[in-house]
Amino acid sequence: MRFSNLEQLIQLCVKESVTIGQLMITEQSAETGKSTELVLEQMAAYYDIMKEAVYKGIDSELKTRSGLTGGDAKRVRAYMHNGAVSLGTEACSAMAYALAVSEINASMGRIIATPTAGSCGIIPGVFVSSQERFGWSDEHMVHGLFSAGAIGYVIANNSFVSGAEGGCQAEIGSAIGMAAGALVELRGGTPVEAVHAVGLALKNSLGLICDPVGGLVEVPCIVRNGFGAVTAMAAADMALAGVKSVIPSDEVIEVMLEVGSAMPEKHRETAMGGLAQTPTGKKMMKELYDKEES
Amino acid sequence: MRFKDVFSIIGPSMVGPSSSHTAGAVRLGRTARHVLGGLPEHAEILLYGSFATTYRGHGTDLAIIAGLLNYDTDDMRIRDAFEKAKDAGMEVQLRTAQKAGMHPNTATFILRRGEQKAIVTGCSIGGGNIEIVGVDDFDVKFTAIYPTLLIFHADRRGILAELTDIFKHADANIGFMEVDRKSRSGDALTVIESDEVLRTEFIDQIAEIPDVYKVRVINLTSKGDIYEVL
Repeated sequence: MRFSNLEQLIQLCVKESVTIGQLMITEQSAETGKSTELVLEQMAAYYDIMKEAVYKGIDSELKTRSGLTGGDAKRVRAYMHNGAVSLGTEACSAMAYALAVSEINASMGRIIATPTAGSCGIIPGVFVSSQERFGWSDEHMVHGLFSAGAIGYVIANNSFVSGAEGGCQAEIGSAIGMAAGALVELRGGTPVEAVHAVGLALKNSLGLICDPVGGLVEVPCIVRNGFGAVTAMAAADMALAGVKSVIPSDEVIEVMLEVGSAMPEKHRETAMGGLAQTPTGKKMMKELYDKEES
Repeated sequence: MRFKDVFSIIGPSMVGPSSSHTAGAVRLGRTARHVLGGLPEHAEILLYGSFATTYRGHGTDLAIIAGLLNYDTDDMRIRDAFEKAKDAGMEVQLRTAQKAGMHPNTATFILRRGEQKAIVTGCSIGGGNIEIVGVDDFDVKFTAIYPTLLIFHADRRGILAELTDIFKHADANIGFMEVDRKSRSGDALTVIESDEVLRTEFIDQIAEIPDVYKVRVINLTSKGDIYEVL
């Protein structure tokens, strides 16, 4: 890849008059020696799996092995159809879809890690709901996934994308940043605006710890995917409205690294702190592991 | 760069629930199997850090065993890995362990098949991506994103030239290469990541270089055919 930070990414896009998505397709093809057709084909197959997870998750009453979660996506959608939604139906639909994919994941179903499984609902939630709303083609969405991928590539290489390394900010935070930047581009925004959306979004999740109950990707991961989809849309709207990330996005990524590196181990996916160690969290863990051992 | 391409960010296609604890664990298991060169008869696995504390809920145990069975990350048989291992005749021992300074998601594999033994240590660094940091007594660093060759050989002058010459004849490009040796003129391990899988005839040629003890091919890019010797 010819870029290692977002500023370089913008420079390349401006110089070559391409979108972030278009640039990433060329870069991926050059990096792997595969034709752009092949690279696009693989991403299209991934988008199909994302859609499958959305529609499967929203329609079925999924239960996880732990029994801790399930059915929230369906609940939100029913609520959406039954009355006035505070968020508006567009954002609510993205939220329901994000929950759906996360529930599929928690029940050991098939998903695409974007960038991780813990955060796999946000990009499909934003993408599939926006596609329905704006009538975009699958091809357009696949380009959007390449812009999300380019943004994630920079975040992952300059900071981290796993909860065990950098807390939830690294997973959910990164996914929100990726979805926000990609949505700006899908809606016709410039690479500069897309990158502002990334910084705006990331700043909002700095410091978020990874504290899943029982160590499972369920509580609070699933609802955080729902919130994440909504936040990504908010960041995209701010950027499209002309709001700028006052601290450049590359510097925000550095801050994520700093904050995550300073995070105690108990708040990095070990289930030894945070929500996992609340009285209720501990009780749930105990019941879970007693059940497994019996 | 720890993450090399767009599909290490968007992807892998996988069975949930955790990219680092499930998909990454599958890939660690698969890599360890390829280092051994075939299905282990006996596998001892040590889990460290967050792997040790949360493996049950994430199906990390299932995932690691599935990897040893050479399943890919989106294989729906992962959830049945314990039974499948039994059917395949693989004996598995899983333990949690502690060691200072380890990456939070680390596993060590001690694999045996007949006379062959392989010790592999690797970390799951997020999004299903892995980093192998130890093979037997050697310090290594590779990601298994590309087809990777492990060449165990004696530390001798000129051996690397003979090795890379075969790559030249195979018209294959080396993207990354590192050598670690236990001592001067002692045992050495060369790790080569190439852009494409080397054809079997060239792998055989490498194995025939004087002072090369064994060659192993790590190939997680293909669901089907892999080069196995055992």
